[in-house]
Amino acid sequence: MNKIPEYRRYIPGTQPPHLHPPYISSMKRAPLQPLVALPHTLSEITGPVFGPEIADVTACDLTRQHSGEPLGERIIVSGRVMDENSRPVAHTLMEIWQANAAGRYLHGIDQHSAPLDPNFTGCGHAVTDSDGRYRFVTIRPGEYPWGNHHNAWRPAHIHFSLFGPAFATRLVTQMYFQGDPLIPFDPIFNCTDDEKARNRLISQFDWETTIPSQALGYRFDIVLSGRESTPMETHAHGEKS
Amino acid sequence: MTLQATTWQTVGPFFSIGLSWLYRDNLAGPGVLGERVEITGRILDGDSKPVPDGIVEIWQANSQGRYAHPDDPQEKTAESGFTGYGRIPTDDAGRFRFTTIKPGRVSGPDGKLQAPHLAVSVFTRGLLRRLITRIYFPDEPSNSEDFALELVEASRRETLIAKKMDGRPDALEWNVIVQGPGETVFFDV
Repeated sequence: MNKIPEYRRYIPGTQPPHLHPPYISSMKRAPLQPLVALPHTLSEITGPVFGPEIADVTACDLTRQHSGEPLGERIIVSGRVMDENSRPVAHTLMEIWQANAAGRYLHGIDQHSAPLDPNFTGCGHAVTDSDGRYRFVTIRPGEYPWGNHHNAWRPAHIHFSLFGPAFATRLVTQMYFQGDPLIPFDPIFNCTDDEKARNRLISQFDWETTIPSQALGYRFDIVLSGRESTPMETHAHGEKS
Repeated sequence: MTLQATTWQTVGPFFSIGLSWLYRDNLAGPGVLGERVEITGRILDGDSKPVPDGIVEIWQANSQGRYAHPDDPQEKTAESGFTGYGRIPTDDAGRFRFTTIKPGRVSGPDGKLQAPHLAVSVFTRGLLRRLITRIYFPDEPSNSEDFALELVEASRRETLIAKKMDGRPDALEWNVIVQGPGETVFFDV
């Protein structure tokens, strides 16, 4: 068998623990046993492949999925998906979902009293281009209350799901907005120890992608695990390369 | 290394808005070769309560042990119509159910073959990042020489092996206990 490099492991502190007591839902859902370290095999260095045909054009414009325009501030969220080795992650599937401008999700269990918007579903998907770039048109989601603790409010955010080239590179995260006053109080945002890692979840206002008279631009770059430089069989044998 | 991987965040309770368009509970479409099997189970939390807002994702090889992926260097035949990917939500009882084929053995470390298995990601509200585990098959002699099972304490290995169901030769049960007694083995990948 050919030697295939493993993907890099996360740097300690830059990813959330499973148990984070300030986020109440983690208390009964976090495993208590230590994780078993698994060397990457063919099963982890491969992963689902989706062709560009999976995403039709309207799927990346959340403002054009209904007969009318959704309420709210139109925004453009764009950026680049790279790996840790600074290589663009080309042709990878991204999915997003979010609340409407009033902070309400089109979901049966959302109890928030804010109104639904008949012109906004709040989901989209896209495939990155050959340079790892992506672009969504949507509206700025509203903040909303949740039941985690007294007077708990989630900062405005958009959920992102990415596959990357392998099972090992899967990522689900949330994008926040620069200057949101709720960010310092949010137990979900603050679940990761490393402050710089946390702050990379905050998108930056961007004049370059702002369209005059149309929409404000926000830039959100995403980094997926990249390959180690040494092949995995070397690790398995414990040999020095 | 020049960049650091983006930090994970929970899928939250409303993920179906964004993820349901790609729900796939049948990996064994018409013409796909191999032994059909239905796998069903529940996701249970630390109070043994069902998790109704969860999702499992499956990644697996075809019946020959070949992944539908360009980085699979094995000299085996890929199969058009078989992607190896599944995404299944839990229902109100925390139950998921999908149909697939038993995969063949794929190469592992040292060039030894691994036992047939599915790679699994579990996502739920309350999980700040996914849980990673594997499903192995019962009555499979190669389980005894599988390198990943050998990494796991013997007393916990059975959490990774699906169980046969009475009177259902084509069906297996495999549960995800995220916390507490009988906790499923999860991997750091």
